[in-house]
Amino acid sequence: MTVTAATPSSNLRTRSPGVVRRLCDVLALTRRNLVHIAREPLQLSDVTVQPVLFTLLFVFVFGAGVVLAGGQSYADFAIAGLLAFSLTTSAMGTGVGLSTDLNSGVIDRLGTLPMWRPAVLVSRSITDLLTSCLCALMVAITGLCVGWRPTGGVGSIAAGFAIFLLFAYALSWGCACLGLASKGPESAQGVGLVILFPLAIVSNALVPTERMPTVIRAFADWNPVSAVTAAGRTLWHNPNPSASIHAWPMQHPVEASLLWCALLLLVFAPLGTVLYGRRTTG
Amino acid sequence: MAQDSMIRAEGLQKQFGPTVALAGVDLDVPTGSILGVLGPNGSGKTTAVRILTTLSKPDAGSAWVAGHDVVHEAPAVRRIIGVTAQSATVDELLTGRQNLVMVGQLSGFRRVDARARADELLVQFDLADAADRVLNGYSGGMRRRLDLAAGLVTRPPVLFLDEPTTGLDPTSRVRMWDIIRMLVKDGATLLLTTQYLDEADELADRIVVIDHGKVIAEGTSAELKTATGGARLELNLSEPRTDAAAVLRPLVSGPVHESQDGRRLRAPVRSGSGLASTVMRAFEAAGITVDDLEVHQPSLDDVFFSLTGHPSLPADEGDADEEPVHAKGEAVHP
Repeated sequence: MTVTAATPSSNLRTRSPGVVRRLCDVLALTRRNLVHIAREPLQLSDVTVQPVLFTLLFVFVFGAGVVLAGGQSYADFAIAGLLAFSLTTSAMGTGVGLSTDLNSGVIDRLGTLPMWRPAVLVSRSITDLLTSCLCALMVAITGLCVGWRPTGGVGSIAAGFAIFLLFAYALSWGCACLGLASKGPESAQGVGLVILFPLAIVSNALVPTERMPTVIRAFADWNPVSAVTAAGRTLWHNPNPSASIHAWPMQHPVEASLLWCALLLLVFAPLGTVLYGRRTTG
Repeated sequence: MAQDSMIRAEGLQKQFGPTVALAGVDLDVPTGSILGVLGPNGSGKTTAVRILTTLSKPDAGSAWVAGHDVVHEAPAVRRIIGVTAQSATVDELLTGRQNLVMVGQLSGFRRVDARARADELLVQFDLADAADRVLNGYSGGMRRRLDLAAGLVTRPPVLFLDEPTTGLDPTSRVRMWDIIRMLVKDGATLLLTTQYLDEADELADRIVVIDHGKVIAEGTSAELKTATGGARLELNLSEPRTDAAAVLRPLVSGPVHESQDGRRLRAPVRSGSGLASTVMRAFEAAGITVDDLEVHQPSLDDVFFSLTGHPSLPADEGDADEEPVHAKGEAVHP
């Protein structure tokens, strides 16, 4: 056995620091996250089985009891909302994953490597963007099976999905901050649920907001989940009862969604980087 | 700072809440040498290593690796160090190969090079057969070897090994020692922490003893042993004899202790040429039969005990009034 340590690493070509090097770090860690998912595929249930189940339950159970104005199809109304609901409630995966990493020894290994440190966060957010894509695919396929019909052209339909995914991505940075601030994966999961569930429910995603009590309705009308749902319904030419609401985000759902995403990213991406630095160099 | 210091620390202090982990530690590791940092659990060893490897920031004091400040020039430090931490820092859900490739890529290698280097290390560390197994199926020794391999991916000139053999069985320990010796033969500078006194004795050029966040002794293994005092003579008689102590007294350098049954004698000696023969002749002349005679050189256990007043047991398990437990196991000596 020969072990060489001191030989200068001249025979090992290393990339010089720069954008390419950073992307490579992100890629290496994203690959790692995907291997984790491949080893424990059940962790994908919240973006696969769960959205399918919810879609079927809502369309067949609630759909039977909800009468939409003008006799519009409940499935057409529900799919955008169900996608928003599923993406919002599964966003905590980012926080839980990060928290798991922070509580494992791997984080110490990463801390001693000459890598781009935010790559840990960026790769996590990219992994979750990929699982969000899977979620969107599952909801869309289930939706098409139960009668959901988006219209308005390929560009408009794609734009609708893009807004959902952008929102999921932006939200995952918020959840990353929660994960970085919490002690362990269990508490991250707990806190995340307490924040994300009301966010997903108090919105126009599952029921129209017109009959909600005033305070709750105001929250629902300004809730980013509502904006994204309304944007999806508008772009897919699906029934959108919120169009009659005077609150600015409901009148301009696409713009409101984009602004919300920008705001979430501008606040939580830098905050996450700072929190990560604090957690890893105590 | 001196040109020939590869690792240097001055007055490192670190506190976690009310607990003082480091209370002003100075270290100096000349290029190409091994420093053994010896101390029980909770003595501050790991905290010192975490600061030196940029994982933690000191409350006060400074440290440099190859002249780079560990706080202000952390990225430069990370480019030249290899680290094997006390807790496993390998990814449990990846295979051995995937772990090493990931570390290589995150060290800036192209994927092709990272793969080639991983293959090389897997063979060197006898992990080639297990390369594509997920770590769940690895033994403790295999995990440790993989962890050490992960620290060597970039062929770093400076290595930090935090308790590299804690929890390993004797065979794996000896194997790890061989690997460590080879690393240094190739010119690496190494800082090694351990709670095993024989390990420091075996591997380190110089030893620093840490207790409660302070350096309490420093020197070569021989120097530390000398500082503790000389060797100890022990002999067992076939039958108790009241005059045995009197026979021994002129030959030793301190008081003679006699066991209750009078068969066992113990005394400090200055080990020198012919000591054992002289003792044997004196007893023969007095007509006393000796069953066995042993001259104990002081172990680092003795050193630790005489320096700290408590045995070298892990601080969180050992009570100060417990008997010194010798970490030394005969089986582990190559």
